[in-house]
Amino acid sequence: MTLHVEKKQLVAPGEIVAEGGYFAGDNVYKENDKIFASRLGLVEVDGNRVLVVPIKGCYIPYLDDPVIGRIVDVGMSGWSVDINAPYPALLPASETFGHRQPFPKADLTKIFEVGDLVLAKVIAFDRTRDPLITVKGPGLGKATSGRVVEISPTKIPRLIGRKGSMISLLKKETGCEIMVGQNGIVLVSGRSPEGERVAVSAIYMIEREAHTRGLTDRIQEMMRKELGGREFVSGKAS
Amino acid sequence: MSSTPHISPMASIEQRTIVDMISHGKRIDERPLTDYRDLKIEVGIIEKANGSAQVFLGKTKIMVGVKVETGDPFPDTPNEGILTVNAELVPLASPSFEPGPPDENSIELARVVDRGLRESKAIDLEQLCVEAGKKVFVVFVDVYVLDHDGNLIDASAIASLAALLNARMSDYEIKNGEIVYKPGYKPLPIKNRPITVTIAKIGDSLVVDPCLEEEQVMSARLTAAIDDSGRVCAMQKGGMEGLTIEEVKAAVQIVSKKANELREKILEAAK
Amino acid sequence: MFQEKRPERLIDLNGLRLDGRKLDQLRQIKLEVGILDKANGSAYVEQGRNRILVAVYGPREAHPKHMALADRAVVRCRYHMAPFSTEERKSPAPSRREMELSKVMREALEPAILSKNYPRTTIDIFVEVLQSDGGSRCAAITGASLALADAGIPMKSLVSACAVGKIGGQIALDLSDLEDKYGEADMPVALMPSFNAITLVQMDGSLTLDEFAKGLDIAVESCKQIHEMQKTALKEKYLSIKEEVEEKEESEEAGK
Repeated sequence: MTLHVEKKQLVAPGEIVAEGGYFAGDNVYKENDKIFASRLGLVEVDGNRVLVVPIKGCYIPYLDDPVIGRIVDVGMSGWSVDINAPYPALLPASETFGHRQPFPKADLTKIFEVGDLVLAKVIAFDRTRDPLITVKGPGLGKATSGRVVEISPTKIPRLIGRKGSMISLLKKETGCEIMVGQNGIVLVSGRSPEGERVAVSAIYMIEREAHTRGLTDRIQEMMRKELGGREFVSGKAS
Repeated sequence: MSSTPHISPMASIEQRTIVDMISHGKRIDERPLTDYRDLKIEVGIIEKANGSAQVFLGKTKIMVGVKVETGDPFPDTPNEGILTVNAELVPLASPSFEPGPPDENSIELARVVDRGLRESKAIDLEQLCVEAGKKVFVVFVDVYVLDHDGNLIDASAIASLAALLNARMSDYEIKNGEIVYKPGYKPLPIKNRPITVTIAKIGDSLVVDPCLEEEQVMSARLTAAIDDSGRVCAMQKGGMEGLTIEEVKAAVQIVSKKANELREKILEAAK
Repeated sequence: MFQEKRPERLIDLNGLRLDGRKLDQLRQIKLEVGILDKANGSAYVEQGRNRILVAVYGPREAHPKHMALADRAVVRCRYHMAPFSTEERKSPAPSRREMELSKVMREALEPAILSKNYPRTTIDIFVEVLQSDGGSRCAAITGASLALADAGIPMKSLVSACAVGKIGGQIALDLSDLEDKYGEADMPVALMPSFNAITLVQMDGSLTLDEFAKGLDIAVESCKQIHEMQKTALKEKYLSIKEEVEEKEESEEAGK
């Protein structure tokens, strides 16, 4: 069993990562007992599993993923939703609260119309048909205010941080509510436009520097500098 | 045939944010309402062309190539050279551009850029005549949009003027109706430097140089071209809603002020 | 701007070519990744006087739906030249040559793309040649690999491409436009270096079997050189951000 690269090394598609008894994880593939990277990214080793954390990649829906999407069409029994994936999502009318029977089209637009932003969850997806989403659930439904930020879906784990540490830091320092979709869409909603602006800057900075060390400290420093060290407690500036 | 375009791919709350912020005098990229984005102009990058310019206006990127060839004059202007402007919205520039022949947007873009150059008589076409009625020089201005982040018109007009100023043709003499080339190069006969400025109406405010998201939210736009002497030489209103008479006049005032700023930058870059 | 005349000889008495290169020398290559904002992935290639921009969009929803494939992504490739890219202005409408090059390019890249990962989608590769000076299809393939990797499209390998030819009776590497026009043969080659698999080979002109074999070997070696440059270019952006950030931290530490 040989590892041809170091952990956290940046590899390009086609570069050999390991050989011998290793198993292929995400974003690598195995050919003749050799494991090659299939995407540009950082190597990670998890026991005898080798994988690559990609720098960039499109969003592929996954069961239970929270996603933020935009209504693009109203149909007979549901809505077509753009969730920033290569496949449009379907939100059936039955997946909204209080509606169990199919309604005529006029009623559906009373719930969601084209252009509305919804916080949803993936309830089904396989490669033979388009993903299904639901807005039944705590915190799900139509978003009524806030700023929308789009980043590469591969950076969402870094934005959330280990056990939510990074996202909690952002919320605390800026006093904003931040809803994160696994599909790379983030909704920032705060009482002060300054707080919102700094939260948006922080999100882009995390996207750009996700692959570097010491990011948490730098983000905290940046936010404190921009907001003059004020602390936001439950959405009110003190 | 022209049809109503598809609805803008932006969530309603995003649109409301932009309109709200602008009504408070702020834009999403933190610019003042009457400021252009960062402008970078580079000339002469395509050596095979007679002239070329690359413009980065914010994230919008445009390349213009100028080619000078010979051809037949138009029958109604036998002793004038020809200026022809073409624009390509190539699919690499935006997820919404598809391969195919020029659509109404690329044709409008080309014609608006052309209008500014033509009506201001930027090029002295009579000097491009070789033999009246038989042979003239044809100046091709090809606008290539490489990255669409809004305000393609202004960026294309800036790049076109810069490319024309940068252009060189082989030095020549006309002897007996024939072109005799001499060593060396000479610039095109440029007599005027029209500047095109586009203003978008968002809510009740007028903003200069709309970025892509602002274009998706604007109710109308007004483009005007101002020549060296401060005269308006071309205008184009676009968008699905109307403008009040006051708004049109106010917009033209703004254009007039911004034109000189832009002209300086272009002349500096094309030196 | 320059005017073209038929050159007297393509190789001078010192064995040097018109641009001063030796027979086995590549032109200067510059590769930049991620330069466009709207595209999912992009790359810019300068090779000699070639200036080529490539953008990748996808995987994205297939339009029209009936063109989608049930088990994999449809890969679409468009090779297109700007009107100002050649000596004489070229009409922007696609020519037969551009259509052929679009096809061979797609076939050069498709073996490397793991398209089965994204059924019912399209992956679009758009090439715009801003200035053309011989070997543009190879430079375009080299750039397209970078743009695909930049977009995060999973690939078995990068694809690297280079052309060899015959000028003045001798095998030469990476022909320029003039050399192609007035030489005896031109042979573009594309390679998946990790597997030594050739995904494009075309030839026009006249070569003996020996010359062909020798030329192919030289092309493959150069493709491998270009492969190293591609890997560096891909990593460049992220490594430079990392450096920038770590330098800033060090100088702040030192300043304390």
